[in-house]
Amino acid sequence: MNIIFMLIGCSVLIALFFLGAFFWASKNGQHEDTYTPSVRILFDDEPQEEGKEPAKK
Amino acid sequence: MAINSKLKLNTSCYHCGDQVEETAYVLDDHDFCCLGCQTVYQILNENNLASYYKYNTHPGKSQKNQKEDLSYLDEPNIVAKLVDYQDEEMAIITFYVPAIHCSSCIWLLENLYKLNPGVKTSQVDFMKKQASITFHKKEISLRELVGLLHNIGYDPKITLQDVVKEGKKFNQNKLIAKIVVAGFCFGNSMMISFPEYFGMAAFEKQYANFFGYMNLAFGLPVLLYSASDYFKSAWISLKQKRLNLDVPLALGIFVLFFRSAYEIISQTGAGFMDTLCSLVFFILIGKWVQQRTYYHISFERDYRSYFPVAVTVIKEHTEKPTQIGDLQVGDRILVRNNEIIPADAILLNGHASVDFSFVTGESKPVEKVLGEVVYAGGRQMGEAIELEVVKAVSQSYLTKLWNNDSFKQYEKKFDTFIGYISKYFTIGLLAVAFVSCAYWLLGGNADKAWAAFTAVLIIACPCALALSSPFTLSAALSIFDKNKLYIKNTAAIEQMAAIDTMVFDKTGTISSPNASSMYFEGSLSSLDKNLIYSLCRNSNHPLSREIIKWLGDGQLLPISDYEEVAGRGQSAKYQDYSIRLGSASYVGSQKVDLEGSVVYVRINDAIKGFFTLEQSWRPGLADVINQFKGESYSLHLISGDNERRADALKMIFPQGSKLLFNQTPGEKLERIHDWQNQDQKVCMLGDGLNDAGALRKADIGIAVSDDINNFSPGCDAILDGDSFDKLPKFFAFSKDAVKVIKMSFIISLMYNSIGLSFAVQGTMSPLFAAILMPISTVTIISFTSLMTRWYAKRRNLI
Repeated sequence: MNIIFMLIGCSVLIALFFLGAFFWASKNGQHEDTYTPSVRILFDDEPQEEGKEPAKK
Repeated sequence: MAINSKLKLNTSCYHCGDQVEETAYVLDDHDFCCLGCQTVYQILNENNLASYYKYNTHPGKSQKNQKEDLSYLDEPNIVAKLVDYQDEEMAIITFYVPAIHCSSCIWLLENLYKLNPGVKTSQVDFMKKQASITFHKKEISLRELVGLLHNIGYDPKITLQDVVKEGKKFNQNKLIAKIVVAGFCFGNSMMISFPEYFGMAAFEKQYANFFGYMNLAFGLPVLLYSASDYFKSAWISLKQKRLNLDVPLALGIFVLFFRSAYEIISQTGAGFMDTLCSLVFFILIGKWVQQRTYYHISFERDYRSYFPVAVTVIKEHTEKPTQIGDLQVGDRILVRNNEIIPADAILLNGHASVDFSFVTGESKPVEKVLGEVVYAGGRQMGEAIELEVVKAVSQSYLTKLWNNDSFKQYEKKFDTFIGYISKYFTIGLLAVAFVSCAYWLLGGNADKAWAAFTAVLIIACPCALALSSPFTLSAALSIFDKNKLYIKNTAAIEQMAAIDTMVFDKTGTISSPNASSMYFEGSLSSLDKNLIYSLCRNSNHPLSREIIKWLGDGQLLPISDYEEVAGRGQSAKYQDYSIRLGSASYVGSQKVDLEGSVVYVRINDAIKGFFTLEQSWRPGLADVINQFKGESYSLHLISGDNERRADALKMIFPQGSKLLFNQTPGEKLERIHDWQNQDQKVCMLGDGLNDAGALRKADIGIAVSDDINNFSPGCDAILDGDSFDKLPKFFAFSKDAVKVIKMSFIISLMYNSIGLSFAVQGTMSPLFAAILMPISTVTIISFTSLMTRWYAKRRNLI
């Protein structure tokens, strides 16, 4: 049953890893702007030549 | 004509969506309302950025506004103040760009590098309406960069009191870190506590110790780090001999930890560490919810954000832009059309016609003669003028008003329900704890006495109470937000509920700067009307458009010899009629003493009359006043303007209202103070710098603004002019919100008394605490959110 000690140790370590990951993300400003990236990802890549497309909503 | 007008209705500017007037600009089969919009389109098209128009229809903002002088952006010391970072090569600057409003804006601003290779990268933060731009200083100067942004219609707002930078100061990272740590410990200690709750077989008891110490390890960071603010706040409030809600909270947390630690170390029990962690986790979330604020709206603006960054100083015949702060007495400054006079100064040269509406509320531009002192804050209308500074910016009439002692010393203290109740709550709690302790001690059961005493403090820890007000008020805040009333913080909502006196400013507050109506005094035949109609169709002047609107559909006559003199008027001939429209001197008429714009009409030799343009009341004003009257609010009006429209206002305002005119900003403040001394809770609604003092003095100051990104003086809330008619609903709803808080207080008291009935007997198990605490929390959070929404629905606010 000593395996319990190891299991709990592992689970706490993994949890600590996620806690660290959160702090890292927070420090890098990932929670500062939660809206713009959702729009940015929807932009198409530009065609190279001048392509005139009709205005659409 | 009919077809023509129909066509007109259907054409809107390809860039900004404004209706295209008579003289349309056409390019590539697209119509534009003005040259500005067309230029933006041209720039974008030439740079393969036409996708801008793909993501949204009419994404642009109208380009009819004039360009301001940007030469001050060449001054190195001003640049240094504005940029976030710079070295020899590169610079990073964050602009506040109010025009950001759709996905096309993000797309275009992030593709700036295609327009100018000097721009390295640019990134938009949509919610904050900010664009942060990294650029090569040698390839593009800051002035050119701002010019580029102007050319594509995204003028950054550059002011002395930089809203962007001040906004940056505020961050919640520390609080979030505390919440995360508490959450982490909560989850883990919950997991570790489960075996204890489910019961352990005899051979498993060997783990109990280990689990206990693990729990202790998780409890420590929560006590020392996450909950540290509560101890600080409780200590401060005790020192001030007040009892706020943080006192019982801190006491509960403290007792929870030490009783648990004692039980774990002495191996007499499992302790309540998981309850401690969950308690701290939940109350911190409540705090976070309460502290959320608006990113892009500043409530603390003062004159500095209204004034320009720099002004042109003339020294030995050369013009040099100088920072406002560096202006010295004796400097000769040049103020162009539409620029603001930054310091009290004597007029030396030019024709000054200064619009003081923002300072005094008086809407008519004031003419000044040479040698007269012009006070700071006015906006010059017309030609460029030269002035000599007589007082430094910080000493001038307006800024002195701002730095008035009565403003500075006065700090608003809101009385909240929770603040009021927590005093009695804490005393009651301590009484119950000591009585039950004494009861068991007298019975000779010291163990029970200790157990009961600590259990009372733990179970009655007002966690649910601490959450009820933040969750209710932040739900209310977001409902106000949806209805375009932006409130500074949650405490202001409770203050709103207590208001019994409403004080309105006139110009810009109950009258709308955008909605104006045309009046004509005199008489016109139908031929006259057609003549005026034909004449005005030739002009793009806003007044001409208003006149056309007033005339309705007319017949277009083939006029000849059309002439327009900018700023004065227009004239033309038709058959043997000669018609002149414009200012009194242009037409050759007697000047009438009227506020607002006046356009005189002369046909042949006869003055036919004049048009006046007056600001009209905001739609729904009479309803708003009536509803407030029905709710028995006292209503008053304080205006810096003259009494000209007092009669109309007397009809609207109920009897017993005070209608005060010609009030200086200082007098406005005094009036508010008088009413407050009569034990009235005053709400002031204003818009300009002249109301700034009154807005701050009032229990609640609401700034009415038609564009919330524009300047508004420091206040507790900003109301979008469109939602003016909803004001009575807003106030009624704030009362509902307070009702919800009181109801949830009763619920949390019920939970407390259930818990207390066990606690006083000294029979509270850790499992019981671990269940009761989260359940009461969840009940309160869901109850407050649902009730707030229900009330909002009843008031038609969602």
